[in-house]
Amino acid sequence: MTTAGLTAAEMAAALRRGEVTPRQLLDDARAQVDRLDGSLNAFLARTDELADRQALRAAEMLRADAPAASPLCGIPVALKDVLCVEGYPTTAGSRILDGFRPPYTATAVQRLLDVGAVPVGKTNCDEFAMGSSTENSAFGPVGNPWDVERVPGGSSGGSAAAVGAGMVPISYGSDTGGSIRQPASLCGVVGYKPTYGRMSRYGLIAFASSLDQVGPFAHTVADAAAAYVAVAGHDPRDSTSLPDDVDDPGALLQRGVAGMRLGVPREYMGEGLEPGVRARVTEAIAVLQKLGANIEEVSLPSTDLGLSTYYIIAPAECSSNLARYDGVRYGRRVERPSLTDTLMRTRGEGFGNEVKRRVMLGTYALSSGYYDAYYRRAQKVRTLIAREFDAVFESVDALVCPTSPKVAFTQGAIQDPIQMYLNDALTIPVNLAGLPGISVPCGFSDALPVGLQVIAPRLCDARVFQVAGAYEQATGWHARRAPMVAAA
Amino acid sequence: MPLSPEEVAHVATLARLGLSDEEKRRIGAELDLILEHISALQRADISDVPETAQVGNLVNVWREDEPAQSLHQEQALAEAPDTDGQYFKVGAIQE
Repeated sequence: MTTAGLTAAEMAAALRRGEVTPRQLLDDARAQVDRLDGSLNAFLARTDELADRQALRAAEMLRADAPAASPLCGIPVALKDVLCVEGYPTTAGSRILDGFRPPYTATAVQRLLDVGAVPVGKTNCDEFAMGSSTENSAFGPVGNPWDVERVPGGSSGGSAAAVGAGMVPISYGSDTGGSIRQPASLCGVVGYKPTYGRMSRYGLIAFASSLDQVGPFAHTVADAAAAYVAVAGHDPRDSTSLPDDVDDPGALLQRGVAGMRLGVPREYMGEGLEPGVRARVTEAIAVLQKLGANIEEVSLPSTDLGLSTYYIIAPAECSSNLARYDGVRYGRRVERPSLTDTLMRTRGEGFGNEVKRRVMLGTYALSSGYYDAYYRRAQKVRTLIAREFDAVFESVDALVCPTSPKVAFTQGAIQDPIQMYLNDALTIPVNLAGLPGISVPCGFSDALPVGLQVIAPRLCDARVFQVAGAYEQATGWHARRAPMVAAA
Repeated sequence: MPLSPEEVAHVATLARLGLSDEEKRRIGAELDLILEHISALQRADISDVPETAQVGNLVNVWREDEPAQSLHQEQALAEAPDTDGQYFKVGAIQE
């Protein structure tokens, strides 16, 4: 009997009953990766030695004081390949970092190691987290566990697929415009983006620093909450990390939504939605109403400007952040006689298409003569978008809406960049405003998963879990697994 | 207004991004389409709206300037494509 496909809570309980050891959980996770990753390509590198060490350490921690041990102690996890782990290959899905081994470990990862979590490996992603399908990885696309011909979403597609395929019960990704929530939706798992500043970005390879947040994937809301709590909180090494105490959402998971005011933003239910997504999300909202929530329609009129705002701000920040890839201190270098030519060739050969497109767009938007018309204007519209959220949160406690306008699409089906960017139209505004948001499975359309998104005010992370938890417990979607999870 | 080939080449130089002629043509055309889509921003009423550069609401994060452990020279150089053992090495910056 394998433990693959169990939730982290089920594994933690089995560990404490002495039915399994961290070593067995790790062996099962590896066997599942070995069996399925040939068709999924979710992993870029394994962290075998580290995992072996952590499994031993976790066993000792559980032996010493099981009740005090973290719910993640002894649990196999996977890490998006934008999180630095000292001594292990970290590529961000880019050729320019092929072979790079960071000299230090990200705070998020260090906190996982400290509580005895067992990192199985680094997961595939769109290059530098830029994309919505994981097709922009320099190391090949990732399959969706529900249909390997389809994309898992992105950019954290490998982390979403790893949980969806039962390889690990918990993984971590990063979300700049939807890169955790959208792949979670497409892979039928829970994906959580915390309030901006809740998670340390130290050791997270930067894409757009004012938007990037680390967050977990899991089968259940409770597992996602535990995975969040294990990593969240102030880090003196990240000056944007918030000093506020982290509320443990655990206590709220059983509280329900009776009497809560939940808003449905009209603009999120508009024309761009696939009919199957609209149907499932409408049903999910009816479930919340039946549980006693007061549902009301609200309006976020600038929603359609979110995408344009994002596609100025994120590329502008990326063009600045990616200036560091110069082939001097680390990473790949293409040698030419002059330094300028070396830089040009190193970056021209090291970066893929999407990264080049965004570096060009961001450089243009920041260049002399265009800064006011693009970058400054986008920053002002960002304020409008954030204010509209503030205004609706005067009258509702949280928002419920679709995560992605689409279910998983076939690999190669979307070639037009703007059509690809539209996949994140309903997740981007949340990053622009720095809010917490979750995607929780809410059924299927044509046998492909659909996700319900819950959004709450800044620092009300626990409330997101409360609403998502109430919905999950009233339905059975979280118990569904992709057919490939069970061994043939 | 579409970007001219000269503008595309200028932006690529600013970004120190070596692009082939084919890439310049293709990315230039894609940027035109994206910029056209983004022009929606021009209709937003932003009079008297301040800019948002960050959403953490933190102001002036200070810390004591205390010595702490940092990377050893060896570690810092370990990933460099070229060093002389003590420093990073690059090609000539002047003719």
